Amino acid sequence: MKNSSAYKLAIEYAGLIGVLAVLVGIFSTQSQNFFQIGTLISIANQIPDLTLVAVGMTLVLVVGGIDLSVGSILAFSSAVLGSLMVDWQLPLWAAIPFCISAGAACGLFNGCVTVLAKIPSFIVTLGMLEIARGATKLVTHSQTKYIGSAVEVIGEPIAGIMVSPAFLIAISAVIAGQFLLTRTVLGRYCTAIGTNHEAVRMSGVRTAPYAISVFVISGVLCGLAGLTHASRLSTADPNAAIGIELSAIAACVIGGTSLMGGRGNVINSFLGVLIIAVLQTGLAQIGVSDPMKQIVTGSVIVVAVLLDAMRSRWGITSA
Amino acid sequence: MNDPLLSLQDLVKDYAVRVLDVSRLEFRSGQIHALLGANGAGKSTLSRIIAGLLLPTSGSMTLDGHTFAPENKLAAEAAGVQIVQQELNQISTLTVAENILLGRLPTKFGVIDRTELDRRARIALDRFGLEDISTDTVTGTMGIGRQQMIEIAAALDRECKMLILDEPTASLSAGESEKLFDWLDRLRKRGVAIIYITHRLEEVVRIADRVTVLRDGRHALTCPISEITVDELVDAMTGETGQSESRSDHPSFATCEPALKVVGMSRGRFVRDVSFTVHRGERLGIAGLVGSGRTELLRLLFGADRAERGDVFLSNDPSPRRFRNPAEAVAAGLAMVTEDRKESGLLLPLSIRVNATLASMTKQFSWFGLIRSGDERDVAERTRELMEIRCNSIGQPLETLSGGNQQKVAIAKWLVHDANIFFFDEPTRGIDVSSRRRIYKLFDQLAADGKAIVIVSSDLEELIQTCDRIAVMSVGRWVGEFERDQWSAEKIMQAAFSNPVSLHETVPSF
Repeated sequence: MKNSSAYKLAIEYAGLIGVLAVLVGIFSTQSQNFFQIGTLISIANQIPDLTLVAVGMTLVLVVGGIDLSVGSILAFSSAVLGSLMVDWQLPLWAAIPFCISAGAACGLFNGCVTVLAKIPSFIVTLGMLEIARGATKLVTHSQTKYIGSAVEVIGEPIAGIMVSPAFLIAISAVIAGQFLLTRTVLGRYCTAIGTNHEAVRMSGVRTAPYAISVFVISGVLCGLAGLTHASRLSTADPNAAIGIELSAIAACVIGGTSLMGGRGNVINSFLGVLIIAVLQTGLAQIGVSDPMKQIVTGSVIVVAVLLDAMRSRWGITSA
Repeated sequence: MNDPLLSLQDLVKDYAVRVLDVSRLEFRSGQIHALLGANGAGKSTLSRIIAGLLLPTSGSMTLDGHTFAPENKLAAEAAGVQIVQQELNQISTLTVAENILLGRLPTKFGVIDRTELDRRARIALDRFGLEDISTDTVTGTMGIGRQQMIEIAAALDRECKMLILDEPTASLSAGESEKLFDWLDRLRKRGVAIIYITHRLEEVVRIADRVTVLRDGRHALTCPISEITVDELVDAMTGETGQSESRSDHPSFATCEPALKVVGMSRGRFVRDVSFTVHRGERLGIAGLVGSGRTELLRLLFGADRAERGDVFLSNDPSPRRFRNPAEAVAAGLAMVTEDRKESGLLLPLSIRVNATLASMTKQFSWFGLIRSGDERDVAERTRELMEIRCNSIGQPLETLSGGNQQKVAIAKWLVHDANIFFFDEPTRGIDVSSRRRIYKLFDQLAADGKAIVIVSSDLEELIQTCDRIAVMSVGRWVGEFERDQWSAEKIMQAAFSNPVSLHETVPSF
């Protein structure tokens, strides 16, 4: 029993870890600077925003929705944080609850409209993408707010372990997300709803609360991402994280999450984030131009999905 | 008598079982030939083969003296055979004119010629007495009855030697049906051969020239309509009477304690004013034709659809209930095994374990929101043994199981939940004999445990074997109830074919 589950685990993650290892290998031979502690730490401290957003995105995709508003919610939350810390002189610990609540409120709006009014989440969150971005600009008066050292503590490496609190928050979110998906009633019903909503309804389950809470969770994670983003750059930028929804969806898809709902794995999405981050950093280090970087990243996404499609077509299913 | 237009020789269609086996059948020009039979008798299969929608397993057809083996609908249409199917085949976002002329839209320089399109559609509609329908109305905005009329008008507009109508009046109002009959009469005079499939015997008597009865895929009888009575037709459809004797060893566990009392349940034209009671330990069967409102009734009771009127009383609780969603019904102890297990019963890509515990997660397997996976596994294992589900492990995805084993899981879900009132909608459709037997045994066990069971089935034999009482629905109404010692297949079929709403009563069209 123990053996077989370990075996399953290996199969589940082997593919992506393999891809990651190959990428690291290639970049290490191409650039002496790549496989160094400095580079790895720099990657680790870059990825918290995307990781947090991708965890929420995975859950939303599993329940059969999509959240396009994550970038705007992230920016809005960090604008709230910045405004409270700069204009109202609140200390960090007092501002964080507001920052997270701002994200949660946006998520609650997304969830309620999507689920209760039965409007596709694609449309609702597309609206929220504009609404939250507009709200961000209102809060910041369309100007970048410099917060300063008060917020940097979250983004700076902790002495001794070399990674930042932001990274630790992101890793905790990955573990909590995977736990939620596999071990809780909420996660079970999310998978079930994403697989066949009507069957779950006909089983006497009230699906609305579960579906709505997933959007709220995504909003909360965007709020946290707003915090890590602001702490890394010491500022609240009204134009922060534009397009991050696409990177997050890409990470989920690389990790094998189905855009049709019902299938997803948070750890795999995290591996997807790592693959994207390693590509970005590695390509930059070996001196690939920006346009080429985009082409390569795009190709990797397509190839990953292709491999996944072939895997399921050949019936080699993991887990 | 002239030569037949279409003749069939040894036509056979096999799926898992043989569904059609007709040795010889002929259809003549200028005649309306009614095709009758109980559900699953092979009427639709036969008509679909003639219309090129299905390929026969073996056998041949001759049309107008030539071999006729249409590979698809287009080939059949080219040969002059048109079909109007039960379900609508129109594109709801297109206009009436576009739908009528779809596939042969008039063009001018590669662009649709609107004037010509409207002119030709107008002719088709006027000919059928549909002057009040505008050609540029979007089809989807009209009621089902009207859409059905347009569909028929479209079929009649194409040149044809043979027209097949599969239950055309099912969604027509009385007035619309009259128009259809007038038009069919005119087509008959023009020499078109018409195959008319229906469940309404009074229509057959009224308009048909000849009638053929199919039973269990076989040809039971063909004769001119003037030589047969309605009773004889029903006999031919059900087979010889007395063939389905009640099982003598069938113990009844029914008590006088009502488990569920339904009063005046109604929704549109599907369910009209249905009242009944089912007792603890009783197995109540509901017979009826496809479309008689049985599934719709169960869905109303279960809260899957909203009832317009009607109340539900549970056991001895005097306060009326009407469930607004399945969650309320399930909380009150109801369970429903749906007709379509793939669409609304099961999560096919997920495991047996997940499906078996789906309805009871929060009730039994949750500890502050966490899944008590040990308990869950134990219960799933026990259920698997109890229901004799054949699988490698309870972690196996359902899509890898046979239909019968999938159905056992769909039922197991409610056993785990420990419901008190069970609705089974077509519980053994498309499943193997051993699974079927297991499910019949379960009915007995549930009844012995004092549960109330309502079984909807199109397999009359199944109801006769398993139920204590059989009710019959027809056109949305509860038209009869038979106790075990009073029923016969013939009586039940007669009730099922009865039409409590006369053809001339004005039915509001929705």
